Amino acid sequence: MSDSTVRAEPRPGAVADRARGSRLGFLLDEPRWLSVLMIGPAVLYIVLIVGFPFVLAILYAFSDVTVGSRSLDFVGLRNFTSVLATSKFQTALKNTFIFAIVSQILVMVLATILAIALTREFRGKWVVRLLLLFPWVAPISLGTIGWLWILDSTYSVINWTLEALGLIGPGDWFMWLGVPRLAMGSVITVHVWRILPLATVILLAGLTSIPHDIHDAAQVDGAGFWRHLFQVTVPLIRPIMLVAGLFGLVFAFTDMIVIFVLTRGGPYDTTQVLASLAFFTGIQGGDLAEGAAVALFLFPLLVAVAIGFLRAARRTEVT
Amino acid sequence: MDGDRLRRIGARGGHAGLILLFVVFSAFPFYWMLITMFKRESDLLRRTNNPFIYSEPPTLENLRVLFEDTLYGQWLLNTLFVGAVVVVITLLLALPAGYALARLAGRGGEQIGIAIFLTYLVPPTLLFIPMSRVIGDLGLQDSLWSLVLVYPSFTVPFCTWLLMGFFKAIPKDLEEAAMIDGHSRFGAFVKIVIPISVAGILTVIIFTLTLVMQEFVYALTFITAARNYTVSVGVPTFLVHGDVYFWGSLMAGCFIASVPIAILYNFFVDRFIAGFTVGAVK
Repeated sequence: MSDSTVRAEPRPGAVADRARGSRLGFLLDEPRWLSVLMIGPAVLYIVLIVGFPFVLAILYAFSDVTVGSRSLDFVGLRNFTSVLATSKFQTALKNTFIFAIVSQILVMVLATILAIALTREFRGKWVVRLLLLFPWVAPISLGTIGWLWILDSTYSVINWTLEALGLIGPGDWFMWLGVPRLAMGSVITVHVWRILPLATVILLAGLTSIPHDIHDAAQVDGAGFWRHLFQVTVPLIRPIMLVAGLFGLVFAFTDMIVIFVLTRGGPYDTTQVLASLAFFTGIQGGDLAEGAAVALFLFPLLVAVAIGFLRAARRTEVT
Repeated sequence: MDGDRLRRIGARGGHAGLILLFVVFSAFPFYWMLITMFKRESDLLRRTNNPFIYSEPPTLENLRVLFEDTLYGQWLLNTLFVGAVVVVITLLLALPAGYALARLAGRGGEQIGIAIFLTYLVPPTLLFIPMSRVIGDLGLQDSLWSLVLVYPSFTVPFCTWLLMGFFKAIPKDLEEAAMIDGHSRFGAFVKIVIPISVAGILTVIIFTLTLVMQEFVYALTFITAARNYTVSVGVPTFLVHGDVYFWGSLMAGCFIASVPIAILYNFFVDRFIAGFTVGAVK
């Protein structure tokens, strides 16, 4: 049934409205034109602000543009080959994978445990949820400064506690951000801290959507806790775990804030990732072309994630 | 006491302990900010003092320094200004788009919606280098308007998606009744649908504000003068950069900018999750 047949008896003033601008009225009524008019501005804005710079990013990566120069000459793959050859880049690439994959595995395991624990009702649950959400909602850079103070080389509360418990002596305080392996561990911990709430609430939404009778049936069949978990619960929330995992991966691969605030890539570039290297090369170093080339290495990773996301969306639509 | 009951008590204790562990991990940094912001410098910087308690009486000096001797108040105002303008732009673009995708575009609407949503995943770290050039060419370098221009690039996709889901849940009868009364389709949207969508609009406002407060990379790239920073960039770059760390004021700055918005956000988190899970949960 089309819209025009619905409008059987117009109210008196409507006729005048229609007469005033029949062409405009047509645009405001015909679903196809109206939807173009209503969606158009948003799409146009996104194309201009995301699409255009994105094309520029690709152009830059194949050019010799710097902050000072106005000209833009194409240099083919030179930026990529020169970037690829540097040990700085190779370290950053390796660090990006370590950082993203280790933190994402931790996030998924911890979030699953926490989400299952939260499916049970208990008193004060809303306070717990509020506190658990803090790291995700607070501005990342500011939450990370809290960690900067907690991990401070001279005044770290963790070291103080360890010493008070007699686990370390006064002379062996850990330099959380000053020793390569510890620094990587620290930035991963802080990143896990920040992403965990998001993954948890997504998984929790999945868990609460499982109908009760499925759990009851498993109970009746005598499934123990672990069998229940791996053969009933996890398969049922697999699509949503995929969603949580993909979002987490995007954030982990592309984020530089935690690293920028805590270590600035140091010590000795051992926590430098592609995103932070792109910033230091392109913006602080002024070499836009090389920075763009570094950043562009993030793109294939994102495409892979987007495809995974679309597949997950399609699969849930079918079921 | 029989074994079954004992086991139940044990399970409940284990459950509570597990939750407590996670809560401590998540909330400790904020608790630590709160403790630190009222501590005297001399108390903070004596390593032998127990850091969990006040060895010297608490003080408001750190807050005074933060608001009187730094640009923190200005940064908060900047953030609010950018947030307010971005909210307006986001609503103007995302409300009609979300509605049209939900109601008018039919089956293709879902696909356009997913495509729009995917642009939300294009990270600032991929775009900030060419963007800095574009901003420079527009003469917006070091201006808050550069952030106003760029921030809708991530608020509009997310909020369009969110509103699309929201409008789908509104029954069609109301608009159809309005159209029988002689309103055009667009008129029905403006006069009938928007007024009953207050909850959706509020959600968009809250998410836009949090996204604006959190944004770091663009603001760090485009803004150079200290008085034009937003709060998420001003605190870490300006208050940390010197040789001396004013930990008390620093923690106060972090706490004040984090906690109120987090509490507000908590009321809307379920909608946010509904957006993220793309209908994977029915």
